[in-house]
Amino acid sequence: MPTKIEVRDLRKAFASDKGGALSVVENVSFSVRDGEFIAIVGPSGCGKTTLMNIMAGFIKPDGGAVMIDGVARTKPDARGILISQQGSVFPWLTVRENLMFGLNGHAPANKMAIADEYADIVGLKGFEESYPHELSGGMLKRAELARALVVKPEILYMDEPFSALDALISLRMRNELLRILAKEKHTVMLITHDVEEAIHVADRILVLSPRPTHIQATFDVPFAHPRKLSSREAQELRVAILRELGVDHE
Amino acid sequence: MNRFKETLPALAVIAALLAIWWIAVSATRSVIFPTPWGVVTGTLELLNDGTLWRHIGASLLRVGAGFLLAVCVAVPVGLWMGWVNGAYRTLNPIFQILRPISPIAWIPIAILWFGVGNASPIYLIFISSVFPMVVQTTVGVHTIEKRYLRAAENFGVSRHTLFTQVVIPAVLPQVLTGMRIGLGVAWLVVVAAEMIALHSGLGYMIMDSRNAGNRYDLVIAGMIIIGLIGLSLDGTMRLLERIKWVRWRYAH
Repeated sequence: MPTKIEVRDLRKAFASDKGGALSVVENVSFSVRDGEFIAIVGPSGCGKTTLMNIMAGFIKPDGGAVMIDGVARTKPDARGILISQQGSVFPWLTVRENLMFGLNGHAPANKMAIADEYADIVGLKGFEESYPHELSGGMLKRAELARALVVKPEILYMDEPFSALDALISLRMRNELLRILAKEKHTVMLITHDVEEAIHVADRILVLSPRPTHIQATFDVPFAHPRKLSSREAQELRVAILRELGVDHE
Repeated sequence: MNRFKETLPALAVIAALLAIWWIAVSATRSVIFPTPWGVVTGTLELLNDGTLWRHIGASLLRVGAGFLLAVCVAVPVGLWMGWVNGAYRTLNPIFQILRPISPIAWIPIAILWFGVGNASPIYLIFISSVFPMVVQTTVGVHTIEKRYLRAAENFGVSRHTLFTQVVIPAVLPQVLTGMRIGLGVAWLVVVAAEMIALHSGLGYMIMDSRNAGNRYDLVIAGMIIIGLIGLSLDGTMRLLERIKWVRWRYAH
């Protein structure tokens, strides 16, 4: 597999309240293969979100670069869609209108057909004309996911997309995501605080250190899908990752 | 039944106030200040000779004209100021200075510019309702949540799409709030605006009732009618909150 993303010596500091600079990201380097699913775990406030915002082009790094297919990414575009924790489905547009939003350069009738196709894929058939406030939290996440997928992004950046959902729906959304990704090959970067979720979905897990963050450890997840999280290997991996995060958990 | 229970305390207070009013007027044997019943008969008198409708119509026309003019100016200017930083920096100080000036202070200038006729009160209503709407619209654009603008940026949409599908729909509820405030202020100002010697309108009716024979029953009747019409204007604006373009904001 060719390299899709190459992150080189990324550095970022913010001005702190007391004056002076607060270093958030320090010398982060890694590469991601095309079609790979990377999960990023790390203590809260460590700079995961900043790192992802830099990768998606929303924040300019102080140093280093993000190369996509060998070309430096400096601003956001539809080749890499960011799904944030708080969600950004437009509340004033229907599900269908939200899905059609990013479809430039198609005839209106085609836009609608494509939008409805993706609404169906994420399980929102019949809700195309609903407004976001009429949907549940899980359905809203499906809409968000569909709106991202509809533009066929090469990379999906997901920042704790399911963490606001209850455990059961979060688990179901993970399975849905895997089902969709099995058909449409995207490179995925997923931030999560849930080690189990990372083991469930990712090909490789990056463990970030506390701020200023750097990559503290990398774990391959060599298990075939569908994964059994209760297997001994999965449990051992979980304990190893938690230990990296400073949690001694039998 | 429940609704009745909810409005009961308010009705009780109104009844009590009416009673106090009635008792106070009777006790002091005032010949000028009317009893509530005097106001009722005064209102009926106005209704019967048709002058009340004429005055209401004249006031509504002026408020309608001044207010709509203000909407036409305030919404585009507010959007522009909200979206273009340079426009905000240039115009905001001017608006901040003009905004606290009472519309009453504009009366001499209104007469100078527009003479004594419909144009003067329409101008006064315009000037009083335009500022709150500009401010609300500008604030509306400034407070669009970043996550939506970022999502739009992420999809790489054109500036036109960004404006028509994100900015405008996002601020529309705020624009509506501004319009509600603006219409409220416009109605508030109509009385003062109509004190410029005109021969119609509720403001004129009130002043004329006092000047021509101390008819305080008609003065109070006029005040109450102004209050009731103001209330129903606001109610009409609230109905607009149900249209689908802004309903997302209120439906939670």
